[in-house]
Amino acid sequence: MVQQILGAILAVAVALAAAVAYFWGTNWILDKALATPPTMSGAKITQRDSRRSAIRPWLFVGPSLVFLVVYLVYPVFETLRLSFYDKFGINFVGFSNYVWAFQDGVFLQSAFNNLGWLFIVPVLSTSFGLIIATLADRLWWGNIAKSLIFMPMAISFVGASVIWKFIYAYKGPGVEQIGVLNAIVTGLGFDPQPWITIPFLNSFLLMIILVWIQTGFAMIILSAALRGVPEETLEAARIDGANGFRIFFDIMIPQIWGTIVVVWTTTTITVLKVFDIVYAMTNGEFQTQVLANLMYRWMFISGDYGRGSTIAVIIMLVVVPIMVWNIRRANAEEGTR
Amino acid sequence: MTSLAIPSTATAAAKRKPRRKLDIGRIGAHLGLLFFVIVWTFPTVGLLVSSVRDKDQLALTGWWTALAHSTLMSAARVGPATGQVQEGDVWVIKGNVFGGPTGQTVEAFGITNADISKTPAGTAAPMRDGGEIVLEPNGDYRWTSPTQFTYSGSPRVYFVTGSAPRFTLENYQRVLSSTGVGQSFINSLTVAIPATIIPILLAAFAAYALAWMRFPFRGLIVALVVGLLVVPLQMSLIPLLRLYNIIAGALGTESKNYLGVWLAHTAFGLPLAIYLLRNYMAGLPREIMESARMDGASHFKIFTSMVLPLSFPALASFAIFQFLWVWNDLLVALVFLGAQDDRMVLTARLVNLLGQYGNNWELLTSAAFITMIVPLIVFFSLQRYFVRGLLAGSVK
Repeated sequence: MVQQILGAILAVAVALAAAVAYFWGTNWILDKALATPPTMSGAKITQRDSRRSAIRPWLFVGPSLVFLVVYLVYPVFETLRLSFYDKFGINFVGFSNYVWAFQDGVFLQSAFNNLGWLFIVPVLSTSFGLIIATLADRLWWGNIAKSLIFMPMAISFVGASVIWKFIYAYKGPGVEQIGVLNAIVTGLGFDPQPWITIPFLNSFLLMIILVWIQTGFAMIILSAALRGVPEETLEAARIDGANGFRIFFDIMIPQIWGTIVVVWTTTTITVLKVFDIVYAMTNGEFQTQVLANLMYRWMFISGDYGRGSTIAVIIMLVVVPIMVWNIRRANAEEGTR
Repeated sequence: MTSLAIPSTATAAAKRKPRRKLDIGRIGAHLGLLFFVIVWTFPTVGLLVSSVRDKDQLALTGWWTALAHSTLMSAARVGPATGQVQEGDVWVIKGNVFGGPTGQTVEAFGITNADISKTPAGTAAPMRDGGEIVLEPNGDYRWTSPTQFTYSGSPRVYFVTGSAPRFTLENYQRVLSSTGVGQSFINSLTVAIPATIIPILLAAFAAYALAWMRFPFRGLIVALVVGLLVVPLQMSLIPLLRLYNIIAGALGTESKNYLGVWLAHTAFGLPLAIYLLRNYMAGLPREIMESARMDGASHFKIFTSMVLPLSFPALASFAIFQFLWVWNDLLVALVFLGAQDDRMVLTARLVNLLGQYGNNWELLTSAAFITMIVPLIVFFSLQRYFVRGLLAGSVK
């Protein structure tokens, strides 16, 4: 155990040393190799200066670029290619993995569940976040409240799953329930239910976990946006006699609409990647399967790289519009800078 | 460029209109917010309370009753007739219904299931086989009869025990000693620390170049980084797995190791790191940069002596993000480190425990809390930087 900790510390030290050595060393070499001693002629100096400043950025960007290309860019194309190949990635099979996907009951079930996740989680977490942000900014203890509601963001999806599995815990009828949900249900005079095993309802209960985590995120972002709404606008509306609801829906919401869209898309991407919650709670049983978990199953349990890649590509297809939109937005901003 | 400065609520609240005496809307807002706070914290509080409860109490009663006195019904057989002793003119059978000292106390008892709470502890009840029995609160019973006992099957006594609420750290002790959670804690640290530091080193240089150096394809690289921010991890897993297998095969080592996880986390964290840091660095005042250049400072010098120290808030934001993300990650660890017992990270261990001890909530709750403790400390102590990072990372 001590050895392992030392190993980790050593890794950090080596990484630090390597980074310093690389950046300092390459810069030093560049300055030496293309040095401009005072004896040099003017034209030569200008030429060397410009060559140095052409090379240096690439020394700075290089290592990151290598990582990005090897770990993210190349895999995107490789996964796309593999989705047209068989289980072992050897024989070209055309679109048959995609044909399989759209005829496979489990895949369709997962895609259907994912649609539910994509709709319900962003809607609930954004609206709760908005409501809480609006309430909290008006009250003196708002910051404490926000801090508490934000806290689940720090908890892992697996940890959150344990927390909520305890809430959904089920014991047979006639016994005192230790799960809060069943305690409430039996308290109201109904029979306790094994919630996790009831199709469709269980998917919703898993979504609640993600809503619980993501609401804090939505709240923080929207709260900052709400504070950006000019006070004069709100004051003018009040003088005109608008009530709280009118101000909220007719003035505040339109002003922060751009931020709402950002929260929405960010949550959408989180939802698409959700794997841990389903993996920990049901592992896809009781009709709760989602694409990310299905992909993991095909990749790891069945070792079928073709079908695994196909599912990954389908997840990616949903992300592409958001990606394009983000890039265009960033580019537009670059122009104004 | 996003401003990282967040106006404090205090000033924002002060600007709102002055309070009126009786404001129903305000009371409603207090109640509404209170409702949300309670709903959002209740689950975590439940976990925390449960993790320090006695495991027998935890298994039987809801955690919200943790402070209440709990009662339990049970039954025990009295000793055999052969164990009787004669005391003066009565025959006596003695013993303890618990078999030994426990923390429980008998509150009432009876000789059938139906009248279980009929006789208070310490008083006598008539037995069917003759004589009468006294059950003391500590579980000692004394059955006396004027005639010799001759029964063959020992009769039962039924009793209600009450136990005072009991809180203990035994669950944690057990989880740390016997389930491998302690080892996993070390493993998670081993994964998380290098995987947090390495991407910062790389990204800081790249971010500086993208913010302050002029070179061809710069805009393209920025666009690439923004695009890669949202690429799902799932797209990378299979090709990287194959790549790792090939490299490991060529080197004759295992494909699943810490180095592989560190590098994978580094790469997956880079887009956000570069994006956050570049935005922050681009917002540093141009005049400072230019005057430093005038004085003949090189880019390398400007970066290390000025930009890096000035960018501390952004570096801290990203470090917190990356640390929380790596610590809480399950997928990357499963794929690139595996689920072998000696190198399982905390999240993977917790999933394993869920499968293995599905109903042993005392173990699950304490194990879950152990996985959460580090992120919660980081979160509450560095929340300011975390929030800044969130705002810079998404609001444009």
